[in-house]
Amino acid sequence: MKDTVNSTTGGTTGGTVATDHQDERLQRREGLRGAFTDVVERARGGDLGVIPVVVGLIVIWSVLQILNPIFLSSQNLVNLTMESAAVGVIALGIVCVLLVGQIDLSVGSVSGLSGAVLAVLFVDQGLPVWVAISAAVIIGAAVGWVYAQLFNRFGVPSFVITLAGLLGFLGLQLYVLGTKGAINLPFDSGLVNFAQLAFVPAWLSYTLAVVAAGWLFASGYLHARERRKAGLSSKSTSALVVRSAALLVALLFMVWYLGQTRGVGWMFVFFVALVLVMHYLLSRTRWGRSVYAVGGNVEAARRAGINVRTIYTSVFVLCSSFAAVGGILAAARLAAANQSSGGGDVNLNAIAAAVIGGTSLFGGRGTAFGALLGIIVIQSISSGLTLLNLDSSIRFMVTGAVLLLAVVVDSVSRRSRTSHGRA
Amino acid sequence: MSPTQQPDAVLSLRGISKTFGAVAALTDIELDVAPHQVVAVVGDNGAGKSTLVKILSGVHPPDSGTITFAGREVDIPNPAAAHKLGIATVFQDLALCENLNVIQNLFLGQEIRPLRLNDVAMETRSWELLRQLSAKIPSVRVPVAALSGGQRQTVAIARSLLGDPKIIILDEPTAALGVAQTAEVLNLVERLRENGLGVIMISHNMADVKAVADKVAVLRLGRNNGVFDVGDVSAEDIIAAITGATDNAVARRASRRQEGLPS
Repeated sequence: MKDTVNSTTGGTTGGTVATDHQDERLQRREGLRGAFTDVVERARGGDLGVIPVVVGLIVIWSVLQILNPIFLSSQNLVNLTMESAAVGVIALGIVCVLLVGQIDLSVGSVSGLSGAVLAVLFVDQGLPVWVAISAAVIIGAAVGWVYAQLFNRFGVPSFVITLAGLLGFLGLQLYVLGTKGAINLPFDSGLVNFAQLAFVPAWLSYTLAVVAAGWLFASGYLHARERRKAGLSSKSTSALVVRSAALLVALLFMVWYLGQTRGVGWMFVFFVALVLVMHYLLSRTRWGRSVYAVGGNVEAARRAGINVRTIYTSVFVLCSSFAAVGGILAAARLAAANQSSGGGDVNLNAIAAAVIGGTSLFGGRGTAFGALLGIIVIQSISSGLTLLNLDSSIRFMVTGAVLLLAVVVDSVSRRSRTSHGRA
Repeated sequence: MSPTQQPDAVLSLRGISKTFGAVAALTDIELDVAPHQVVAVVGDNGAGKSTLVKILSGVHPPDSGTITFAGREVDIPNPAAAHKLGIATVFQDLALCENLNVIQNLFLGQEIRPLRLNDVAMETRSWELLRQLSAKIPSVRVPVAALSGGQRQTVAIARSLLGDPKIIILDEPTAALGVAQTAEVLNLVERLRENGLGVIMISHNMADVKAVADKVAVLRLGRNNGVFDVGDVSAEDIIAAITGATDNAVARRASRRQEGLPS
């Protein structure tokens, strides 16, 4: 146990074997090749991770680019990132409720309500913008809290509660907007500026890209060192370098390409920051572990001493709050709140994004990054079909088909996981 | 059974009774468990075994009677209290999350460093626990769904050991297992005994009871029906105590078979 492994290339040197590699039945995989073999094995076993969505994205982008060469232009991709932020934030909330095996169908209405509240308080009442934003988010959180109480106390399925919410809050949104039906946000306000015109300066974008890659390497390296010290196997330094370098190249290329026109929008950066925060909370805290546990087996979670009701409450509150934030971003992007804000396809796009991003509808599986990838897919389809001058009828049908495909992939990979013992 | 408390017992029950409505599930139960001792609790369906487990694990409080733990009289009002005292229970359904890996299951609800999980420390401790049980689990980073029944039982037992308990209660640990896996779990029970724990094993299986238990406490219709040293009692005697008569269905069946096939 105390034999520490002082190699930089992973599991073993000489005769010492890392604590977690001592079982003779384990096939040892080290270094770059080992990491690659692991990924292939896992995918075969149905643990697909982000592979389907990345493959799907490549296919969709290729097809749309062939149909319309403007699609992959810098101009259009900048638009795409800006358009995806609002619904992406909502999808982030959906990921959380899906992780505990529940659903929130009212996120569209709540986002519309939040936009309406923002507009009324900010424009009609003339309150400072931060007061209006806080009020909208607090209303969102309150909605989630009410859902959680109904769910915890009366055991009503979340599907039904939020279906009632879908209708109820749509009504409240119309009521708040009153007879005017639409309120424009002033173009010179900071909020609209943030959502439409605020772009990260080039030097800062490049710095952020380098910082992100450096941070990925540093955290990976420190973690590997800690594991080696404890006598456990660890990722080889070369694998870490390759991973960070790949991220660096991808980010630099993205920043450079988007920088050909307007660059990276602050709103998109805000969305990515939220994704990173949620990723940390879900994967590195006790709360996150509890969320996955509740989604996997509620009874086991309860017996392990997890306060299951608190987890449900936190997740519903988080989801509705994210919906409210998404509603604010959407209103800011449009510079208006109207009766159709949050209506139409917002609801289903958010849920579709979460599912396409690999969040299981059966609970207990999914990541925050799924929301990011999923919304890029959804938004690509929407943007590509708009460029082709196809109207929303076709767009709905295509999005529906992609969603169906994602759910089928989820179900099939779930079956494959069961048969490979990976559930 | 002797009415006086066994001197070295870490857990002693005296006069424990529990009724559910008009049904007396347990009446005047006595039970002693010492360190380094495996006590099998056997009985037919409805004999009160599960109720006894639930009382000890704090799911139901008893109506009357005393529980003495490590020389002190204690109350066990809820599962957390049982855990705190050092009474760990492994329920029959194990209560593991299949989507989480072995480490995550072991530390569920008691993770090290809640705001920035210390998975290195948790993994190291997981291996220590599993080695202590000589468990045959190749990797702790696989989801529990990938493990066999015996391995899952091992994980559930290892998890109950995290809080350094003095008494561990196993509810039908071999009920759903194959031959090899059963042997593995029985080895595990012996290892728990070597490590100085008192083990209460609920079982239906006479072979398992004879194989690992030091004492057998028989419950019948919610009452004590004898405590035997495993060495001086035959499986037939235990069955007689369980069913309440030497002339019982099991004995009749055995004698019928003997008549049919003279050995």
